[in-house]
Amino acid sequence: MKMKFKMTCDEASTVCDKSQYQEASFWERIKLTFHLLNCNLCTLYVDQNRKMTHLFKMKSSACKNENFCLTTKEKEVLHKMIQDQSDSIE
Amino acid sequence: MSNTKEHKLAPNTWVDRYADYLYSYAIVRVNDSEVAKDLVQETFFAGFKSAKKFLGKSTEKTWLVSIFKRKVVDHYRKINSNKGKAEVRMNFYESGEHEGNWIEERAPQSWKNSSDSAIENEELKVQLEQCINSLPDKYAMVFRMKTIQEFETEEICKELQISTSNLWVMIHRARTQLRKCMEEHWFRV
Repeated sequence: MKMKFKMTCDEASTVCDKSQYQEASFWERIKLTFHLLNCNLCTLYVDQNRKMTHLFKMKSSACKNENFCLTTKEKEVLHKMIQDQSDSIE
Repeated sequence: MSNTKEHKLAPNTWVDRYADYLYSYAIVRVNDSEVAKDLVQETFFAGFKSAKKFLGKSTEKTWLVSIFKRKVVDHYRKINSNKGKAEVRMNFYESGEHEGNWIEERAPQSWKNSSDSAIENEELKVQLEQCINSLPDKYAMVFRMKTIQEFETEEICKELQISTSNLWVMIHRARTQLRKCMEEHWFRV
C-alpha cells in the first residue's frame, strides 16, 4: 500500500501546530521534516510558531495564577434573583 | 426540594458556595464577564426549576456543575452558529492547482525583535490579548481552553461535544491567524 508521503503547506503547518502540544504522531513528524527540506515558508512558520508557543506559555502562566471572583454586589443580585424565584413559587 | 436520600439541595446557599467557582470556570472559557455571569445565573435558574428532579445520588455541587456544563455547551453551539460574523481569514488555497499552498499575502515573512528577551515584554502581551480577542468567538474559546488553560484535547472535545479533527482545524486556524496578527502589529512594525 502506497503511503502518502508528500504534504501540502496547510497539512505541514497543522502538524507543526500539533507538535507544539506534543500531539503530532511519529509519521506526521517524519513527513513534516521532509516537507521542510524543500519549503522555506513552512520552515519560517515552524520557527515563528515556536516563538508564538513561548508567548502563549507566558500568557498561560499569568492567566492560571489569576483569581476570578464575583463582587459582593454581583452576588447580592444573584441572591435576590434566587429569592424572587423562591417567593414566586410559594 | 428536600428528599429522603443522602444529598439535599439548599438553594439559599448556592451563591455563597458555588458562584465564584462557576464564574471562574466560565470566564477562562468565554473571557467575557457579562457572558460568564449570565451562565452562572442561568445555571442557578435552571437548578431551581428542576430542583424537584434532584434524586440526591450526587452531591449538590456535582449536580449544579453538570447543569452548568450543559449551559456552556449551549453557549458554544450558539456562538458556533453565529452567521454573518467574520470567519478566520484563509491562509491556504482551498482548491485548484495550488490547493494547500500558502496564499502569498498570508505567508510568513521575516520578523525583527523576536528574540526570547524581546518576547518577555508587557506591551507585547497586551497586543497578543487584542489579537486573541479579534478571533471569532468559537475559535477564541477553543484556543483559550487548549493553549492558555492547557486542557487536554479529549477534555475539550468531551466538554464541547466536538471531534478531535474539528478541534485541530480550529486550533490551526486560530494559530495561523494569531501568527499573522502578531506579525502585522508587532514583529514587522
